[in-house]
Amino acid sequence: MTRSAGRSVPRSDARAKVTGEAKYAVDASRPEMLHATIVRSDRAHALIKDIDTAEAAAIPGVSAVITSDDLDGLFPRFGHIVADHPILAIDRVRYYGEPVAMVLAASRHTAADAARLVRVSYEGLPEVMSIAAALEEGAPLLHEERYDHGDESFGEAMSDDWSPSNIAHEVCLEWGDVDAAFTDATEIVETTTHYPMLYAYAMEPYNALATFDEGALEVITTAQHPYQVREDLARIFDLPLAAVRVTSPFLGGGYGSKSYTKVEPLAAVGAWFSRRPVKLALDVEEAIYTTRADSATVTVKSAFGADGMLTARDFQLDLDSGAYADNGPLVLAKAVHRCFGPYRIPNLRVRGRSFYTNTTPASSYRGFGAPQGNLAGELNMDQAAERLGIDPGEIRRRNLLLPGEEVLPGARPLDADLPADLEMVLESLDSSRPRGPLHGIGFGASASDAGAFPVSTATIKVHADGSVTLLTGSTEMGQGSQTALAQIAATELGVPLGSVRVLQSDTAITPYERTTGASRTTTLTGLAIQRACADALEKMMAMVSESREVPVEDVKTSDGVISIPGGGDLTFAEAVQDWFGSRAGEVTGVGIVRKADSTAMLPPFWEIGMVGVEVSVDAETGYVTVDHLATVGDVGYAINPALVEGQDLGAATQGLGAALFEQLIYDGPQPLNPNVVDYRVPRSRDVPRTIDTMLAERRDGVGPYGAKGSGEGALNPIGGAVAAAVGRAIGRWPDRLPLTPEYVWRLMHMETEAE
Amino acid sequence: MTIRTVVNGRPVTEPIPVRWTLAEFVRDRLGLTGTKLSCGMQVCGVCTVLVDGRPVSACSYLAVDVDGCEVTTIEGLADAGSLHPIQAAFVDHFALQCGFCTPGFIMMAKSLLDENPRPTRKDVVDYLDGNICRCTGYQPIIDAIVDASERMTP
Repeated sequence: MTRSAGRSVPRSDARAKVTGEAKYAVDASRPEMLHATIVRSDRAHALIKDIDTAEAAAIPGVSAVITSDDLDGLFPRFGHIVADHPILAIDRVRYYGEPVAMVLAASRHTAADAARLVRVSYEGLPEVMSIAAALEEGAPLLHEERYDHGDESFGEAMSDDWSPSNIAHEVCLEWGDVDAAFTDATEIVETTTHYPMLYAYAMEPYNALATFDEGALEVITTAQHPYQVREDLARIFDLPLAAVRVTSPFLGGGYGSKSYTKVEPLAAVGAWFSRRPVKLALDVEEAIYTTRADSATVTVKSAFGADGMLTARDFQLDLDSGAYADNGPLVLAKAVHRCFGPYRIPNLRVRGRSFYTNTTPASSYRGFGAPQGNLAGELNMDQAAERLGIDPGEIRRRNLLLPGEEVLPGARPLDADLPADLEMVLESLDSSRPRGPLHGIGFGASASDAGAFPVSTATIKVHADGSVTLLTGSTEMGQGSQTALAQIAATELGVPLGSVRVLQSDTAITPYERTTGASRTTTLTGLAIQRACADALEKMMAMVSESREVPVEDVKTSDGVISIPGGGDLTFAEAVQDWFGSRAGEVTGVGIVRKADSTAMLPPFWEIGMVGVEVSVDAETGYVTVDHLATVGDVGYAINPALVEGQDLGAATQGLGAALFEQLIYDGPQPLNPNVVDYRVPRSRDVPRTIDTMLAERRDGVGPYGAKGSGEGALNPIGGAVAAAVGRAIGRWPDRLPLTPEYVWRLMHMETEAE
Repeated sequence: MTIRTVVNGRPVTEPIPVRWTLAEFVRDRLGLTGTKLSCGMQVCGVCTVLVDGRPVSACSYLAVDVDGCEVTTIEGLADAGSLHPIQAAFVDHFALQCGFCTPGFIMMAKSLLDENPRPTRKDVVDYLDGNICRCTGYQPIIDAIVDASERMTP
């Protein structure tokens, strides 16, 4: 039988998705369901003086208008790291679009009509709309109280000495003697860049359907991490975890933006209050008011020897994290870890700060702090190459970490071959070929401490007919986990792929999975599945040993068959049925991954980004066209190569969006472009002319068959690569993204100070 | 008011609120949830359905305006369980990931190939300018539609 792993088998969810049969959270409904509409703040920072709900409540069809005053007996906030986010604003709003009240009605239209009649009186407070404003002497404070902390294992960014400040979090990293290295340097190169505020635009906006039934809460939602949402909901309603069931069907995009709790508490509060199922489905504008990604200003100073070797790097990262913490502290910590490499740096200092501002809360988005810092770090390498008169490929060759070298003290050594990956990109770009005017190439590298904290469990059930169910708490959000995980199970058990069915992300049924993020699924969930399969096989061999009365050490298995001495081969179905004595029963295999054994050392793997682009710039308009895109998926082993290449092209395309078009713009207290007309994402005409998605399979990962994760890597260095390519094309280095025609045109026509 | 229409070949007579969009009609009344909603302002193409063979954005098209018309949604494409060649090509080319935009792309591709059975690659790219996919980077979708046209008119 052909082994399933390693082949580009078609997606198992493809048929359902091309016929319209695939069910997403937004498609769920219940009898007697009410529809919720949120009344949102039209102020960025204000005290709530009064909420008049009478007129709205009087509309026929309206069941209730709920404000924070109605949450008596509940824990009124959520947040997995810092429980600072009120479900409904308590006395004060901190950003434009913050939920203030919720209307429940028999129809969506009635709820929306009534929501417009809720009158909220505010007393304005001075607003903090930027990092600069947050730092001003005497700046208004967004938060003056210290909130409960969530899961302590997220606590690496938390500190004990606390006083109210708009600096939400600080993370520092230092080794060696940075100041001495700068004193001794041959060349010091300083670069400051600005990374834009982004919106992930998962096409299915956040939505949830909540039901209270016999004291238990059930929520069908768009959450990537249903187990994390369950924690927040259990705390809000003081319920045991067993009484909270969170289900994530197919997600219409995630990209990190559906990590952690978003709209679930609102829907659940509605159901708790009304004793009816409540559906809350946001539109895109509301989704933009729910979560965005951190913008960042990053300054890096690098010291080089005459040989082009880095001797020190000093980074200052400032992230604008918005009004509430959400996953911001972890994004900051990761930004600090991911900005300086993947180079050999004898002396390093990174100072990272994230700031509270009166803007939409920022949280995870694909790459998770990496793109913000990488833009500065990689552009800095290009500028250093220019200054030192060294080819930009060569300066990287000299400084890139080698396999097995230390990236972070105490962390897993580098499990990738970066110089080899670089050569693949340079060859794809034909990098030594001279380019005409207004043409340029750029390339870059990144290494992310990926995989997150390793807690994954998986269950395999071998049924009485030999068919197999794989249960996993990992969510299918487009990345293809349903397919790739089934390929691992089929390979381990030696059964045809078609006999494995996968059930995902239902906290009442599937086994625990900490998150679906940080590119962890193939590696960590994959390992748990391998172990679950081994457990199931071992149990079946023991059963055959008992029912056929042969010593267990004489029982063998391969290719979906259990064999005993004397040539008696049993199918799985026969093994199960023999032991149970009828056409009944099943065998359950359990697999566990935790911070132990091969995943004792963090990160579980380094996720590599190695990309290159060639661009051309229109002389008249400054419009940037991407002529060539090259990515290397350094994934150790591709369980399904087509899925990996799909992840890389998708990630790179999102990176191109941030590099060329995307930015959320605040005009005073209000976002100027909270829609997909004015927030421009890549479209079919923006596809690069040539696309070269390459794979590097060196079996150097900790996952099944040497696999490592993918999904973020190809995004992380894109911004820097495009900025470098445009810089070479026009002869001036950009210092910000996106590289809109207007910005590029201005750069082209700017008189430099020296001129 | 009551509308009379034909949806995926089946005659339908339904009383509906006049403010309903076509998307609400097919999703909430007929249970055809394959048609998705995203931008709500006719720029993402997710909600594309065909009305008398013409692609429209169901998010912004009033349901009353399909009175007397024929409506085709994604559910109307597969024939007795066998995939339409466009659907089959999407499967074969990995032209979807999360799948949320897929019904809209497939309906748009059907409209294109009905109009122009052998489009060039550029024709495909231009025709899809009103459809957003956030996952795939578009190339596999373009490949799938070019391949489907070759399968349908060899």
